[in-house]
Amino acid sequence: MKQKFEVVTSACVPLPLENVDTDQIIPARFLKATTRDESFFGDNLFRDWRYDSEGNPRPDFVLNDPRYADARVLVAGKNFGSGSSREHAAWAIAGYGFRAVISSAFADIHKNNELNNFVLPVVVSPEFLAELFATIEADPAAQVEIDLPRQTVTNLTTGRSEQFEISAYKKHCLLNGLDDVDYLLTKQPEIEAYEKRAYGGR
Amino acid sequence: MTLLDKIWDAHVVQKVPDGPTQLYIDRLYCHEVTSPQAFEGLRSRGLKPLRPERIYCMPDHNTPTHDQDKPIEDPVSKTQVDTLSRNAQEFGLKHFGMMDHNNGIIHVVGPELGLSLPGMTIVCGDSHTSTHGAMGAIAFGIGTSEVEMVLASQCILQQKPKAMRIIVDGKLGEGVTAKDMALYLMSKLTTSGATGYFVEYAGEAVRNLSMEGRLTLCNLSIEMGARGGIVAPDDVTFEYIKGREYAPLGEDWDHAVAYWRTLRSDDDATFDYEVRYDAADIEPMVTYGTNPGMGIGITQSIPELDSIDPAGRESFLKSLDYMGFKPGQKMEGTKVDYVFLGACTNGRIEDFRAFASIAKGRKKHPDVTAWLVPGSWRVLDQIKAEGIDKVLEEAGFEIRQPGCSACLAMNDDKVPAGKLAVSTSNRNFEGRQGPGARTVLASPLTAAAAAVTGVITDPRTLLVNK
Repeated sequence: MKQKFEVVTSACVPLPLENVDTDQIIPARFLKATTRDESFFGDNLFRDWRYDSEGNPRPDFVLNDPRYADARVLVAGKNFGSGSSREHAAWAIAGYGFRAVISSAFADIHKNNELNNFVLPVVVSPEFLAELFATIEADPAAQVEIDLPRQTVTNLTTGRSEQFEISAYKKHCLLNGLDDVDYLLTKQPEIEAYEKRAYGGR
Repeated sequence: MTLLDKIWDAHVVQKVPDGPTQLYIDRLYCHEVTSPQAFEGLRSRGLKPLRPERIYCMPDHNTPTHDQDKPIEDPVSKTQVDTLSRNAQEFGLKHFGMMDHNNGIIHVVGPELGLSLPGMTIVCGDSHTSTHGAMGAIAFGIGTSEVEMVLASQCILQQKPKAMRIIVDGKLGEGVTAKDMALYLMSKLTTSGATGYFVEYAGEAVRNLSMEGRLTLCNLSIEMGARGGIVAPDDVTFEYIKGREYAPLGEDWDHAVAYWRTLRSDDDATFDYEVRYDAADIEPMVTYGTNPGMGIGITQSIPELDSIDPAGRESFLKSLDYMGFKPGQKMEGTKVDYVFLGACTNGRIEDFRAFASIAKGRKKHPDVTAWLVPGSWRVLDQIKAEGIDKVLEEAGFEIRQPGCSACLAMNDDKVPAGKLAVSTSNRNFEGRQGPGARTVLASPLTAAAAAVTGVITDPRTLLVNK
């Protein structure tokens, strides 16, 4: 948690599927935990794609491919993280050791959940994404560089680089390891003023 | 101004420079699954909820749908449910525990108790919080860090979504329901078509929906990727709210209604995106794949591979492979193993009336296991008051106790691997109803038609002429 984010240079885990929903990222039966033990969620990341019903690794799933064992960036098809609001999905991604997820589109709630756990969702163009998948297919060790201060993502094999969007506020949080509760606690007078205005002080 | 603008603006505490808006939250709902780590976070920071009176807690995801008067058998589920109760007690929050008459699925109970009202901002650590938008509220699902944020400050930091309006003109045909309308919209807009937007539903077909129908429609907004969905409140809304346990009374009621009547998009309001459909084009819908946007009219065939965008073909084939279907295949006549009526999508009284209208005078097919699960104890009361329980019992169905049940495989109601379920819930994701379970989403009428015939059946062929 609260691991500051500046520049990450890493190989990538390719998951060229669209609409990967949070039920796949972490199935509901792993949501019964009452603590935020990220290693538990990380061990069960993509559980039913990663392990068979006996708990044996499925050799054809990308997380079980030793060539990608050190990759700290996940690259996925569009609409990543759709469905359930479960933050456990972001905990699982963080717990596995991913620092960033690259896709051409994220579901809104999941995107916020990643940001709130210092995992950076990087939105790239469909062309950048397609090229990156091709690059990784040709060379599983191919790296990307994600530079938060400059807001750039670069395919280090082809040199293709893109700017990505993030609000100045969230960028500040990620660079400095601050979260939204820290910020909101400084806004108590504004909250009370609002309540007076809206509820007549009730 | 749009309706979204009006409610949003009324809740802005301040705008963070170059960042999100700090939005005041009128109602926070907590269930047992997504709240424990938020309470833990609060404790570790040495904080208490800022406005406990605006927060309501109830377990729903883990609750078994039988023998709720006895302790939960699964020790892990029991711990989670007990943890919510303990947190609510420690922090002085209203808690409707199992067997409490106000317990049920949070998205059924909120509107039903008059806790979710027009003009409010409502959040919960659950994506189907969009349901409450049917009351004319801004309601959306949030993550656990955001639950902690609201507990600590009664506020949330959010980017204002863009405004989309979906207009459905005309009248829905016989046997076509709000669920079919929603599945139709998803099939047109895809499961990410409304990402980044807040949707206002309008048009004659939406206006003509009952409150229950509007709740179903807004419930499924998230399945198009929308931040939330809303229907402008009108007499249908006010009639529904009046007299409910937490609804305003007397003079407060008059003031409230006068304000609520202003909650509509102005005639000259502009939307970032607007789309229009004709209700007459909507058939009873079924899904064939593993996301809710993969739906077709029940008389149609699954699309052929060449009609799918090349970037999506791998996902499409993976999806059909999981479901055991082939491109071009017809859905009607497919053998059904399980039928589930319930969930925050279709666990309301109107849904039970619809199911019973087809079950009446028929028998449950012997090969079908059916779970009929009311969304709350109050829905169950009304089922009994209307004699629907008798009709269903005569047809060989059993009504269970309220909860999320087979929607998400967190309690005992799981569909076994490989079995096909026709389900009135909201998601047909891989493994959603149990590892390996195959889900076909449909309306309560279509679910009833499957339950009595044992195969996917157009419910219009079974409707009794009135």
